[in-house]
Amino acid sequence: MTAEPFPFLTVIVLLPAIAAVVVAVVQKAPRWVAELASALASLAVLALAVTIAVQFRTHDAGYQMVSRHQWIPGLGISWALGVDGISLFLVVLTAVIFPLAMLGGKVRQRPASFLAWMLFLEAACIASFLSLDLILFFVAFEITLVPAYFLISGWGHERRGYAAIKFFLYTFVGSAFLLVGILALAFIHLHQTGHLTFDIVQLAHTHLSAVTGDLLFWAFTAAFAVKAPLFPLHTWSPDAYGEAPIAGSVVLAAILAKLGTYGIIRFDLTLFPRATVSMAPGILTLAVIGIIYGALVAAKSKDLKRLVAYSSLSHIGFIVLGLFALSAESLSGSVLQMINHGIIVAALFLLIGMIYERRGTWQIPKLRGLQRPAPILAAVFVVVVLAAVGLPGLNGFVGEFLILIGTFVTHRWWGVVAVAGVVLSAVYLLWAYQQVFHGKPDGENEHFHEMRWREGLLMVPLVGLIVFLGIYPKPVLDRIEPTVDALVAHVDAAAHTRHGPHTPCRERSVRCAGPKATTRNLALAPRSGVTPSARAQDSTHRDVIGTAATTGSGVGG
Amino acid sequence: MSLFFLSALVLPKIAWSAILPELILLAAPLVLLAVSALSARRLPTGVYAGGMGAAGLASLGASVWLWTQVTPHGAGTAVDGAIAVDGFSVLVMILVSSVVVLAALIGEGYLRREGIGGPEYYVLAMFSAAGAMLMASADDLVLIFLGLEIMSIALYVLAGLDARRQGSGEAAMKYFLLGAFSSAIFLYGIALVYGATGSTNLPQIADFLAHNVASSDGLLLAGMALLLVGFFFKIAAVPFHMWTPDVYQGSPTPVTGFMAAVAKAGGFAALLRVFFASFGLLRDDWQPVIWLVAVVTLLVGAVLALVQRDVKRMLAYSSINHAGFILVGLEAATTRGIAASLYYLFVYGFMVVGTFAVVTVIARRGDEAHDLGSYRGLAQRQPFLAAMLALLLLAQAGVPLTTGFLAKLYIISAAVEAHSYALAVIAMVSAAIAAFFYLRVVVLMYAGAKSGVGLPAPLAATGAGEGAGSGELSPVAAYGPGAASAAELEGDRPEASRPDGAGGGEGHGEPDAAGVPATIALAIALCAGFTLLFGIWAQPVVELARQATLLFH
Repeated sequence: MTAEPFPFLTVIVLLPAIAAVVVAVVQKAPRWVAELASALASLAVLALAVTIAVQFRTHDAGYQMVSRHQWIPGLGISWALGVDGISLFLVVLTAVIFPLAMLGGKVRQRPASFLAWMLFLEAACIASFLSLDLILFFVAFEITLVPAYFLISGWGHERRGYAAIKFFLYTFVGSAFLLVGILALAFIHLHQTGHLTFDIVQLAHTHLSAVTGDLLFWAFTAAFAVKAPLFPLHTWSPDAYGEAPIAGSVVLAAILAKLGTYGIIRFDLTLFPRATVSMAPGILTLAVIGIIYGALVAAKSKDLKRLVAYSSLSHIGFIVLGLFALSAESLSGSVLQMINHGIIVAALFLLIGMIYERRGTWQIPKLRGLQRPAPILAAVFVVVVLAAVGLPGLNGFVGEFLILIGTFVTHRWWGVVAVAGVVLSAVYLLWAYQQVFHGKPDGENEHFHEMRWREGLLMVPLVGLIVFLGIYPKPVLDRIEPTVDALVAHVDAAAHTRHGPHTPCRERSVRCAGPKATTRNLALAPRSGVTPSARAQDSTHRDVIGTAATTGSGVGG
Repeated sequence: MSLFFLSALVLPKIAWSAILPELILLAAPLVLLAVSALSARRLPTGVYAGGMGAAGLASLGASVWLWTQVTPHGAGTAVDGAIAVDGFSVLVMILVSSVVVLAALIGEGYLRREGIGGPEYYVLAMFSAAGAMLMASADDLVLIFLGLEIMSIALYVLAGLDARRQGSGEAAMKYFLLGAFSSAIFLYGIALVYGATGSTNLPQIADFLAHNVASSDGLLLAGMALLLVGFFFKIAAVPFHMWTPDVYQGSPTPVTGFMAAVAKAGGFAALLRVFFASFGLLRDDWQPVIWLVAVVTLLVGAVLALVQRDVKRMLAYSSINHAGFILVGLEAATTRGIAASLYYLFVYGFMVVGTFAVVTVIARRGDEAHDLGSYRGLAQRQPFLAAMLALLLLAQAGVPLTTGFLAKLYIISAAVEAHSYALAVIAMVSAAIAAFFYLRVVVLMYAGAKSGVGLPAPLAATGAGEGAGSGELSPVAAYGPGAASAAELEGDRPEASRPDGAGGGEGHGEPDAAGVPATIALAIALCAGFTLLFGIWAQPVVELARQATLLFH
């Protein structure tokens, strides 16, 4: 090794950003110039991502390839990037999905600006996944809105203006709380240590009273819950997913939604472990409602794109369920499921994009018997649908299975209800598949064009990953697990040590140590993040208090 | 007798160098006036613009030189303690000088287009800028009042510059009446403070308060309240904002931009100095007032902007929202808060001048096309303008990688540090509300060619008729009843198809930046460039604002 290791992470963030500027500048040039430039850039990003994955030290739980530079020292903001088991595959996923989305979702109007926005969005997503500085994360997290907004409003469908503004505003309001939360945390840290920093590693050592921790937790979670989206805050997502161009829908659902769940695991669990534990039942309930509600609405949906959008809500519910079940299995499952869902939903959107391109509609009743004219497309579709349903042997199964196992251990009843979501997803997806592909094709459906070889090539990597991760997820899980185990240990430690005289609810800790809860957890899950259910019930009413206090004015510093 | 007076009158030693920027901006307009009076022919507007630009650059240079003097030697006073020479005042001088240069560029393009000759715009703008600088550097309440009046009276006239439009005269009258009233209140406040503390000199007032327990002094509190009213009027804080939408809408657009940047800079600089430096000890008395006013200002500005259909009115309310943000920094009443307010003021000046420069161009000849409908499909007709306006509006909304974001970040961090969590959250929520109306303009600009379904006809009817022969006619004129006379044939056509022939023989089909006067384009590019460059390479300006506050007198 040379003295100065190659700054992979900085390069992988800046490369697509610079490429975006270049593509935007050469707008007047012939179409192929922009296309070639963006193809080269996104493939270079993919190559870099793969290199990072290869160089990644498997059994290291901490941040790797860290690069830290001053950015705005006047405000304590630094350019700090690092990769660990949680962010590694999200970066790889981003690098895989973006080229496919750009190729699969080609647009006719102003292709250069479209590609420039896509590359810019890619840079912002990767930066969000890699940043270790909270303000840098916030900048990247917020800046994703701009390209996403222009992609929806510039190349979307009928009600694109409405959908774009709704999307922007929902996220913007959520971010308002996130920013205040970040600053509050940093200043509490400043008062304790005497220096202003937004570095997550240092901020994780901040001592927070229970009330402050809870309030900060809600401030952070508000932003992530909107982005994910979590149940009552999801209403922007069907509109945005539905009205966006295909490439936009792909990256919104596959990548941008993961920013929310990633934010939860990276920031909520790391920075506010105690609040996470005490708030878990509330969030779990919302996640389960999201699973069932998304599935039910998807089942009722007559529009393929909205069906996928709502199924996405349901699947994100699973991921959040796994995150807040707080056992090592469920967390690993959630991280894996973020990847899986990204692949599956990207494939689904690309496929229904192909259907739209041929038939000009997403209305399920207008589509019929497509299997006969297009058997290959139908076959690919069925593989993807089965992966989404969670068929063993395909990737969706592995993640869901881990999540459910982990949840059963710590939060049994939530797990029980969530299983119904699995069944429902089988119902609506297979039902939709039947209606669209089975039967006798009529009218225009008879002349439905078979999958072209270019489209087929697009699906090859996605289907390949679906099968590969379904059969052999070990290489991925091996890299996820050390980080997740460390995180669970961190949450456990924080949940069981109470510092300071501010502990609000003394009898709670007594109950926590109660023999019933402990033995049951130990018996079932030797390495799980123990979240005694006794406490779960207790903190349901605390949710209400927490919510009320968030809307109130002062926070106990 | 006369000898007696001379010996009794001790003239203060005047450090001319300390007030060099003000002197330049007061001398230059006098020279311009003389030149215009003595020259036999009407001089082209470019000559005056050149003069103003040169004066602005000179005062910018002088301000930067002052900065290099202040940084190593620390803050000081000049002219017998009436002028503070500190980082704070110098930074505001740098801002105002830059705005003068930009205003010269924008004014040139505007006046040439409107066919308004004469040096009035340039002369008044420079006087007004000198007044704002004086407000920022004054260390004495009387001098602040002097600066306030120099700045305001010039602005009243500027607002009425476009004599052909009724709105302009109305704006001037409204601004003048309310402004004169607020000045009187301000003056009364000075009198009361003088009565309570025995001085109008800011350090002496601070000194007095430090040595006497005066917190429950009704006279002093009343004086402070009246001063606040005067300041709130100038910075357009709710509930003293009533004039803002009308004046912003009625004034010639370049004047609106200038007013938004300069009047706010002067008003806020004096407000921050007086209340943080002099009345700092009484912060328990004024902080709640500022808190309340900040909250109302933030929310009223953001919410009322939502329902505006006139872009200038919308930007007027948005400027009220911005004023609320700057007040949040003052409410914190910490060094960080003042630095944040100063930073906000500084970067906001560039954003708002740039935004109104774009609005100037889009308004076309006659300066009337300010309806939202005029922005529909702008991206296809004027990609440069649309991109710049999008950038500036996103910056005003506080999107990262722009100075607008850092300004909000800085303000919120100051509020959070001072434990004003509720205020911080309210401010951010108001920013989210504000984002909606900025985005609405951006959506319209980048929307497709579908012509104004459900949009009322633009006010531009007369403007379109007038502009038919000029190169400024843009396709928006092709819809709306008044346009029919100019563009009968194209009246029904969707606006994206540019009515080439309709422009009165202006035959080229290139919809690009052809219609943007070069000087305005340069000003817009400078503002947008500043906003983006220092949004990414943020350290220099952040450090500037921080140092300026450390060098507070």
